[in-house]
Amino acid sequence: MTLVDFLEKLLARSRKGHNTAKLAKERLQIIVSHERKQSSPDFLPLLQQELINVIAKYVKIDKDQVKVELERSGDCSILELNVTLPSSKMEMENTA
Amino acid sequence: MAKIIVVTSGKGGVGKTTSSAAISTGLALRGFKTVVIDFDVGLRNLDLVMGCERRVVYDLINVVNGESSLRQSLIKDKRTENLYILPASQTRDKDALTKEGVERVINELRNDFDYIVCDSPAGIEKGAMMALYFSDIAIVVTNPEISSVRDSDRILGILSSKSRRAEQGMDGVVEHLLLTRYSPERVVRGDMLSVEDVKEVLAIPLLGVIPESPAVLRASNSGEPVILDAPSDAGQAYADAVSRLLGETVPFRFIKPQKKGIFRRLFGKAEETTV
Ligand SMILES: Nc1ncnc2c1ncn2[C@@H]1O[C@H](COP(=O)(O)OP(=O)(O)OP(=O)(O)O)[C@@H](O)[C@H]1O
Ligand SMILES: [Mg+2]
Repeated sequence: MTLVDFLEKLLARSRKGHNTAKLAKERLQIIVSHERKQSSPDFLPLLQQELINVIAKYVKIDKDQVKVELERSGDCSILELNVTLPSSKMEMENTA
Repeated sequence: MAKIIVVTSGKGGVGKTTSSAAISTGLALRGFKTVVIDFDVGLRNLDLVMGCERRVVYDLINVVNGESSLRQSLIKDKRTENLYILPASQTRDKDALTKEGVERVINELRNDFDYIVCDSPAGIEKGAMMALYFSDIAIVVTNPEISSVRDSDRILGILSSKSRRAEQGMDGVVEHLLLTRYSPERVVRGDMLSVEDVKEVLAIPLLGVIPESPAVLRASNSGEPVILDAPSDAGQAYADAVSRLLGETVPFRFIKPQKKGIFRRLFGKAEETTV
């Protein structure tokens, strides 16, 4: 960026107060990544249910403590599985 | 075997028909036998932009239903060699299009043409799905504006999951971004998303940037695709996009402000001498 470009930009900013295009881009990035996750394959809910069933065989878990998410980035997708296990103390009580 | 190009966007009024007319004319000018099909059933407009509205007898639905032959229904462009138009029906509704019917038409055209350009209607319903389903290449027309970019992202999701190529596990549809109605002055002012912003969000290669231009309205007023207005900015930008579509590397133009701001006016001379 030349000095002149910089000054033009500075003037533009002071005129408008703030850069709305920057705000638009930030909002877009959030909504687009959210919507990409939503358009995940149909098998995800079923997969989540079966995973809960399998894990429940071994540990007592709360259904809400299992999260399955699919993230699309370029050519590949990442399947993310998050399970919050109960603290070991609780687990001991359960198995006892 | 023809390559099938869909010109699509999700959002309405962003410049699909303008772009379909310009790009199909550009391909024909470069010597490729090209047909452009209007998929906007019920809201036919491509005929006006191409200037052949008074020559329409049969339409896409007639061909799909076997009520007329392709040869009867294709309109040969009067100005540009190698160019044909297949208009949309003005009377039927979009449900008149069936996958089987469209497939038959496309298969018949495939052997005779180099390019089949499909001008999609707005939205993500039947007409838009039919226009994109058989595509090999997608030109995603986007305005530098928040809702247009979001809708383009939706369309990209549909292309990669609901197109024939996706369903049959073939190589994906080749995706291109065509940014239209771009105002470099407004980008510099911070009022409009920049080329880089849109590229970063959509993450697909850039085919062209078409400036906001009075030449586009002049062109549609007179029924001549804007690419034929060769000296105009929009005409040149479309010609560049066609070159890129054909695999050539062309620098991007019309993405920097033309008008001089106050500092540029003040320092313009000094800057010129230092460059
Ligand atoms: N680069 C441009 N500069 C100025 N005006 C433009 C430009 N591109 C398109 N327009 C104008 O925008 C309007 C919509 O264009 P067009 O009909 O091509 O959009 P569309 O995406 O096909 O719309 P629809 O979704 O209704 O089919 C027209 O009035 C056209 O003249
Ligand atoms: Mg249109």
